Amino acid sequence: MSRIHVTTKINGDETEFLCEAEATLLDVLRDELGLTGTKEGCGTGDCGACSVTVDGRLVCSCLMLGAEAEGREITTIEGMATGETLHPLQKKFIEMAALQCGICTPGILVAAKSLLERNPDPSEEEVRYWLAGNLCRCTGYDKIIRAVLDTAADMRRAS
Amino acid sequence: MRFEAPRSVEEAVTALAGQTGAHVLAGGTDLLVKLRAEMIEPDLIVDIKRIAGMREIAAEEGGWRIGAAVSGAEMGEHAGLVADWPGVVEAAGLIGSTQVQGRATLAGNLCNASPAADSVPAMVAAGAVARIVGPEGTRDLAVIDVPKGPGKTALERGEFIASIFLPARGARSGDAYLRFIPRTEMDIAVVGCGISLSLDEAGRVTAARVALGAVGPKVILVEAAAEAIKRRVLDEAALSDLAEACSKAATPIDDKRGTVAFRRHVAGVLARRAAVIAEARAKGETA
Ligand SMILES: Cc1cc2nc3c(=O)[nH]c(=O)nc-3n(C[C@H](O)[C@H](O)[C@H](O)COP(=O)(O)OP(=O)(O)OC[C@H]3O[C@@H](n4cnc5c(N)ncnc54)[C@H](O)[C@@H]3O)c2cc1C
Ligand code: FES
Ligand code: FES
Repeated sequence: MSRIHVTTKINGDETEFLCEAEATLLDVLRDELGLTGTKEGCGTGDCGACSVTVDGRLVCSCLMLGAEAEGREITTIEGMATGETLHPLQKKFIEMAALQCGICTPGILVAAKSLLERNPDPSEEEVRYWLAGNLCRCTGYDKIIRAVLDTAADMRRAS
Repeated sequence: MRFEAPRSVEEAVTALAGQTGAHVLAGGTDLLVKLRAEMIEPDLIVDIKRIAGMREIAAEEGGWRIGAAVSGAEMGEHAGLVADWPGVVEAAGLIGSTQVQGRATLAGNLCNASPAADSVPAMVAAGAVARIVGPEGTRDLAVIDVPKGPGKTALERGEFIASIFLPARGARSGDAYLRFIPRTEMDIAVVGCGISLSLDEAGRVTAARVALGAVGPKVILVEAAAEAIKRRVLDEAALSDLAEACSKAATPIDDKRGTVAFRRHVAGVLARRAAVIAEARAKGETA
């Protein structure tokens, strides 16, 4: 069957790919484009490990078809650091040990960044609700929440 | 399987009507889960998000017309819609996580036809009307008449919902939606209740619509509950009568998430609480 030709922008770069109609954006990112930072936990929208933004909106890449990416702007975890310089959230997660196995981490970082872009001063409750769709089997969440709140405070001071 | 993303309603209708096994794709938060689980094996997927107007929220005759591709997140960011129909917006806002909110739509929630769909009781309470387009042209159908039972809708081949219309909200009116789930986020409603009501200057109910979700094969409009509070202020006695009417109207099943007795009881409790919230909104005491 003929594959679909898609032109899109990923982390600021014009990108073209071919995909089957059934392929999810997650399949395309990982298997076609080698962007394996985006993880697959469940494939059904429950865990958030596959979080990316599409035209600035946080979504699960497992719940979107690759073909839908035509003309959109997608940001993945690979677009978070600037060259060798980590994003403040990435630095803070390392500093505060807000990860253990790390499979949830890319999704949580992408989701947290999207929150701080909308709300630079979230309450703990707001952070917890925003990240309710990002599951973590290891950390017990507390360090993650602290790291996001701490980063937000640092970024407010710096701006 | 083929994928099409038409730019016009006509093209979409032609594509849907011309192919057996064609499915509409809006936010995909139900469709892609079913695709992966092989519960459906579509021959064609028609993405409606690129059709002109599908992503708009437009003022119309004092009410709001919400395009079929508008996400829950976009509804929550629309100040005018939030001010007029906070109950519908909060119901849509309960669907899934932030990520799911970025994609999930009202029409998708309705057409998936789950008895527990959160936005549906709120839309029914609001008196919402679905605008359906298809090979025979355009027709309007009350939201309550769209679902026919679990997984079944009144849509004919080639038809899809282009928009949902929320009518003008009268003076001193308010709506609210509450659901019961075992945790605070990311779960399926055990019971859901949407209420919309209007008050006179003395605070007596002049009109009300009360709808229950997850306690029957499809959403239930409880006319007896509306009758129970009409011409009354919402004091303890009125709220008790409301709760009783809702518990009586519920026709739930026993399953691992709740027994029949529990669900009937909770239907009453939620109705009472939602009525109090809707009343405060109608009086302009809270947003
Ligand atoms: C993790 C997760 C959590 C969830 N939590 C909840 C929850 O708390 N409450 C809840 O109610 N739901 C929940 N859902 C289910 C789902 O998100 C909602 O039902 C959502 O509103 C579906 O909208 P959609 O736009 O994504 O629909 P889609 O998946 O695009 O479509 C759903 C169905 O409707 C059809 N359809 C879509 N749009 C139209 C249209 N305009 N005209 C005709 N047919 C159409 C499709 O063909 C499909 O059969 C959850 C889903 C996930 C993955
Ligand atoms: S892999 Fe997408 S939400 Fe789990
Ligand atoms: S660090 Fe292992 S799942 Fe979160």
